Amino acid sequence: MTQTVNNNRNSLGRRGRGVVGDRTFLIVSLIAGVLVLAILALILLTTLREAWPAFRYSGTDFVTSATWVPNDPDGDGPAKAQFGALAFIYGTVIVSIIALLFAVPISIGIALFLTELAPLRLRTPVVTVIDLLAAIPSVVFGLWGIIVVGPRLVPIYDWFHDVLGDVPVLGSVFGKPIASGRSFMTAGLIVAIMIVPIITSITREIFNTVPTEDKQAAFALGATRWEMIKGAVFPHSFGGMVGAVMLGMGRAMGETIAVALTMGAAVQIVPNVFASGNTLPAVIAQNWGDPGSELGRSALIACGVVLFGITILVNYGARIIVRRAEVRMKGAAV
Amino acid sequence: MTTFAPSAPARESVPDSLRRASLSRRRRLTDVVARSLIWLSLAVAVVPLGLVTYYVIAKGVHVMSWEFLTERIPRQAQTAGGGIGPAIIGTVVVTSVAALIAIPLGVLGAIYLNEYGRQSPLARTIRTMADVMTGVPSIMMGLFIFIAFVLLVGEKSGFAGSLALACLMLPVVIRTSEEMLRLVPDELRQASLALGARKWKTIVSVVLPAAISGITSGALLAIARAAGETAPILLVVGLVYRANWSLFGENTALPVQIYRNAQEPFETAVDRAWGAALTLVAIVLFTTLIGRFLANRFAIKER
Repeated sequence: MTQTVNNNRNSLGRRGRGVVGDRTFLIVSLIAGVLVLAILALILLTTLREAWPAFRYSGTDFVTSATWVPNDPDGDGPAKAQFGALAFIYGTVIVSIIALLFAVPISIGIALFLTELAPLRLRTPVVTVIDLLAAIPSVVFGLWGIIVVGPRLVPIYDWFHDVLGDVPVLGSVFGKPIASGRSFMTAGLIVAIMIVPIITSITREIFNTVPTEDKQAAFALGATRWEMIKGAVFPHSFGGMVGAVMLGMGRAMGETIAVALTMGAAVQIVPNVFASGNTLPAVIAQNWGDPGSELGRSALIACGVVLFGITILVNYGARIIVRRAEVRMKGAAV
Repeated sequence: MTTFAPSAPARESVPDSLRRASLSRRRRLTDVVARSLIWLSLAVAVVPLGLVTYYVIAKGVHVMSWEFLTERIPRQAQTAGGGIGPAIIGTVVVTSVAALIAIPLGVLGAIYLNEYGRQSPLARTIRTMADVMTGVPSIMMGLFIFIAFVLLVGEKSGFAGSLALACLMLPVVIRTSEEMLRLVPDELRQASLALGARKWKTIVSVVLPAAISGITSGALLAIARAAGETAPILLVVGLVYRANWSLFGENTALPVQIYRNAQEPFETAVDRAWGAALTLVAIVLFTTLIGRFLANRFAIKER
């Protein structure tokens, strides 16, 4: 009798251990999953808390003023430290616009090449090239940008300035180039190279979801390849392309080191794309070693909070758009 | 241009009215221009890759030597000689510890998403947020770890750098591992469960081994990306001139050395930056290539 009971208890016990094993495993993996949410929330909370002194010190000036003087200029004189990050916000926006202007057409071109035009044997090498472009660290692009690209572009900038300098609006956009070449334009070009891979890979996935029937129908109606792309591929992929561009924009805005090296670190809002400027992430990287004071460090973190806010909104919006586009397409494909 | 011609389906049996030649000139021209632009965009993307590779190799090779790879970093940037040994050690230590933190957590997170959460609201939220997190600028991870770790502990350290890199790698590992787990056929899971294996046992001894090469390849790509990160290291790791094998105490890494030396006006410093860049690119590409090799092998096994 007791033997059986014991046996029963044993098997029950074993089953119990199994349940415990299952439950532990679920809980551990759940924690790992929730960690993502926890980290995002913690980033927001901790940075916001540390940035608070700077936000309170500057008030709305932080986003409306372009005067950035982290130190009291004459020790303890009447002048006070000032934190106005508008010039950096402006720089961030301008650099990402320049980067997108160059990167979007190129990325869409490559994605079209890969999905509609490339002979099969060319596809793998091209994908490898794009992957390698994505694998090169941004600091290496920055080094190349500051030493090689910047100085070499100055004559080209000069030419643009000479040709367009007297035209009313364009003249102020293509103003006098800075001698070192470290400018909005150089930084934008370098960032463009770095966001091509991400935009390409997402648009390529989107183009791949275009149903073959649609393309064949276009060809059957006598469309040339370009007319097929215009009539079948683009309308089908528009939402996804917008999302891909926004993701590229998020990357461009957050790019730190390459921009910190190639942009010249000037605090100014000028229409001239050949002049020096700075962006939110770059200003953090450049001044972190010597922020001037506790308040100065707080102000740098505040720059980070503004950047975080912008990139999260852009990324979240982009993901929603891409996902919605994908769902709609799969629905259409079935 | 001639390359376009073969793709046009010009065959004997095609009636004249369907030949390319019968298209109106405007339509034909638009088509040719559009195709040329597409080819051009490809060329435009290849050029910078070629140029960067050329400069890194050309300028890096002549500073490269055993001494350069092993010797201490000179305190003064203008000093000739010296090397980047401590930075290589720092990169290896910081990145591998980051991988040890991020990969197990990331794989577990992926297991939750694919094996437990599936389409539950929580799993969907985590998925979206992991995607969003991959887009968070790397410098934010540096700021976060500085506030949440460095300020608490009171010193910058290699471990702080590992934590920051782990935060960057985590969402990437989660998303790629989940893709790999999704490829594992459900029949394998059902067979294992039917044999009486517990769910956790099934996952550990059936699902994970089936997906392991894909997961490894994704993890290696994440490591390669993390090894090249500069901003978080710059913020939380500090700076040393002698090798520091320990996780604690300040350290340095290759990207930071490139960044510092690139801004110096001295020839010796810029040379050192190019040498460090060549070393870093070599490490990153090597890791990436192993990752791609594993991914390809996995793809063959799938078929």
